[in-house]
Amino acid sequence: MKQMRIDPRLNRYGNRTSIFGRIWSTPTLLVGTFMFAVLVLLAVFIPFISPYQPSEQNLSAFLQPPSAKHWMGTDQLGRDLFTRLIYAARTDLKIMVLAEIIPFCTGLFLGMVAGYYGKWLDTVITLLTDTFIAFPFYLIVIIVAFASGAGERGIYITFILVGWIVFARVTRGLTASFRQQEWVASAQTLGLPGIRIILRHILPNVLPQAIVVLMTDMVGLLVAIVTLGYLGIGITPPTPDWGTMISDGQSFITTAWWLSAVPGFAVVYTGIALSLVGDGLADLWRKK
Amino acid sequence: MELALQVKNVSVHYGGFTALDDISLDLQQHKVLGLVGESGSGKSTLARVIAGLITPDGGEITLNSQPLLKKRSRAQRKQIQMIFQNPDASLNPKHSVRQILSEALLFHRIVDRAQVEKRCKELLAKVHIEESGLDRFPHEFSGGQRQRIAIARALSVEPSLLIADEPTSALDVSVQRSVLELFGKLKEELNLTMLFISHDLGVIHEISDTVAVMRQGRLVELNPKDRFFANPESEYSLELLSAVPRMPKPSTPGGLTT
Amino acid sequence: MSYNIILEVEDLSLETKQHHRLVNRVSFALGKGETIGLVGESGSGKSLTLRAILGLLPRGVEKVDGTIKSDERTAMVFQDPRGALDPLCPVVKQLSEVVRFRQQVSKKAAREIALELLERLGLPDSLKTADRYPSQLSGGQCQRVVIAIALACKPSILLCDEPTTALDVTVQKQIIETISALQKELGFAMVFVTHNLAVAAAMCSKLCVMKNGEIVEQGDTLDLLQNPQDPYTQMLINSVLPVPELEGSERIWN
Repeated sequence: MKQMRIDPRLNRYGNRTSIFGRIWSTPTLLVGTFMFAVLVLLAVFIPFISPYQPSEQNLSAFLQPPSAKHWMGTDQLGRDLFTRLIYAARTDLKIMVLAEIIPFCTGLFLGMVAGYYGKWLDTVITLLTDTFIAFPFYLIVIIVAFASGAGERGIYITFILVGWIVFARVTRGLTASFRQQEWVASAQTLGLPGIRIILRHILPNVLPQAIVVLMTDMVGLLVAIVTLGYLGIGITPPTPDWGTMISDGQSFITTAWWLSAVPGFAVVYTGIALSLVGDGLADLWRKK
Repeated sequence: MELALQVKNVSVHYGGFTALDDISLDLQQHKVLGLVGESGSGKSTLARVIAGLITPDGGEITLNSQPLLKKRSRAQRKQIQMIFQNPDASLNPKHSVRQILSEALLFHRIVDRAQVEKRCKELLAKVHIEESGLDRFPHEFSGGQRQRIAIARALSVEPSLLIADEPTSALDVSVQRSVLELFGKLKEELNLTMLFISHDLGVIHEISDTVAVMRQGRLVELNPKDRFFANPESEYSLELLSAVPRMPKPSTPGGLTT
Repeated sequence: MSYNIILEVEDLSLETKQHHRLVNRVSFALGKGETIGLVGESGSGKSLTLRAILGLLPRGVEKVDGTIKSDERTAMVFQDPRGALDPLCPVVKQLSEVVRFRQQVSKKAAREIALELLERLGLPDSLKTADRYPSQLSGGQCQRVVIAIALACKPSILLCDEPTTALDVTVQKQIIETISALQKELGFAMVFVTHNLAVAAAMCSKLCVMKNGEIVEQGDTLDLLQNPQDPYTQMLINSVLPVPELEGSERIWN
């Protein structure tokens, strides 16, 4: 009997097989990544770009409008707004990323375990997610902030407590549907243990969707960080943060509106960038 | 004749619904048992019970005179492998053919790590797929080819019993024929015992030595192939056989090769 | 033999938006009361041809060449009967609405006609008294409802897209017998798409064998199956796995 030929037409990307080719044909991903990369690069290289320190006061040059010397003007204490804005990005983006790591992993794992094993494990995990979801996020933050003091730590603790829920819900549903698929059944008949099937077979299949959710969740988290800063129970001054910047600028909204508008715009900019990356990744993986 | 598998009084209930009702049947060593039935007859449930994917509510299953308990050992699981109906869902879309074939080889230490590559190529050759397919992903293959890869994966752990659950039903007729030929060839070469499930009586006729008929969770007939097709025992088998649409008879000799 | 041609497909070509040819220069003619079968494997373009006749091409596929000449009413029967019915509407209501709009009768009269149609299709009487939803019926019963809906349009041409593929053999036999009996009674013509040569042989007087979007051979069913000219037709015939005759049985088909 002759060997079966592999039909080249079945390679559905045509001659754009490479991952780069596929990324190139996903404009949302490109634009989102570019926008986010600009922000990250600025945050990394700000000490070399700006001659000022974020907390460097210059009371003789307070509330100046944008100029060549101060690209975005200065605030009420004469601090350079652009410098503060980018240093604030350092703080906020760092917290945003770090606070997602543990919830992402635990959520993914619990979701897969619940979806794969079902029965009482599923019941317990579902009960847990339903319980946590019943508490408003900000209420928990405020309680934790009072217990552990305001600042970064409160955000991390709160997010470890509640951040995993969204990932657990998504992966549980996906895993339960993969559980019905025949490739899972054949892994079982091959005698592979459950935990190996979860990590080796199911994880690569739920990861794309989970990462897309991660992107949108990060936007939500960023807004939460900024809101807490604005309310005064998040990042504490003098550490620069977009939330505290918005709240500080509020008193001068009629005379120097850019003090609040610029950090507000930064939040919107980051949100759009991450959403575009999320959409783009979803598109990219759908193309398969 | 030696018995490969013995199914004794197996029942499965889902709530009030009886999926399998007191099924008993034996599989002879190196023979193919064809299992026929319409949708909802319980034939796939029986396959999954034997493969250990569903725990039966009652009854026992004996493989090579060793009882299979609720919790099967790795060695016992290896013994029974299964091919599924849907070629689109039977392979993990994120794994390359190399990963698909080597995983169980490595896990069960069937060959040395150094020999894995060679063994994967041998497995592909056995199912007539080019070696170059090793680093490709399931979506790059046609339905028939994916089914062949699934067969190669099942054979990787050197099972003694192969269950095929409608393996050709989703394929085009010409592809179906070649996959069936492959099953026939492998059965000869590897001395496999097979449980072959199909709703297509033509397929069952092609591959089976013995035919079992199921209806609404019960076994209604178990007979050698020739007896079943010529003179079935049960009323229902007769009904099934007479419902099969048949090709017109050739008018001139050599006109049709049916 | 002279007959009135009621459907003529001439040089029909279909392409995707990216100019990928899916159906290439397909031509055939259908006479009054006749049944023509389009047979072939998946991807042969047989279902697309049928959809082109109905005027319901999937998105992204367009007709680039050829003509479809027909002034007759057409109706279609699909492969998946459950998917073709509204799961949230009782079947009798679905049918009587079609009757009402296509035959322009009152609500009450429509229901009468609908029940009569269902009876003719051999559906149980319980439908008359109790509302039944598609999920409460078996696959075969759903397909009967779909056929009833198609017939409510009083078609001269019934387009069938693998109407028995999703059904069990015993049900398949009943549906085929029902369609044949109705055809004798009502005299509609049919275009019957199937991948099953034996079913095609039972239903159709003429066959078109399709491969990769083209008709490779067409002719009278018996002639074509017993004396295939094209190697592809021969291959298809050879791929049909035979089921031996029962001992002492009469031929049941044909």
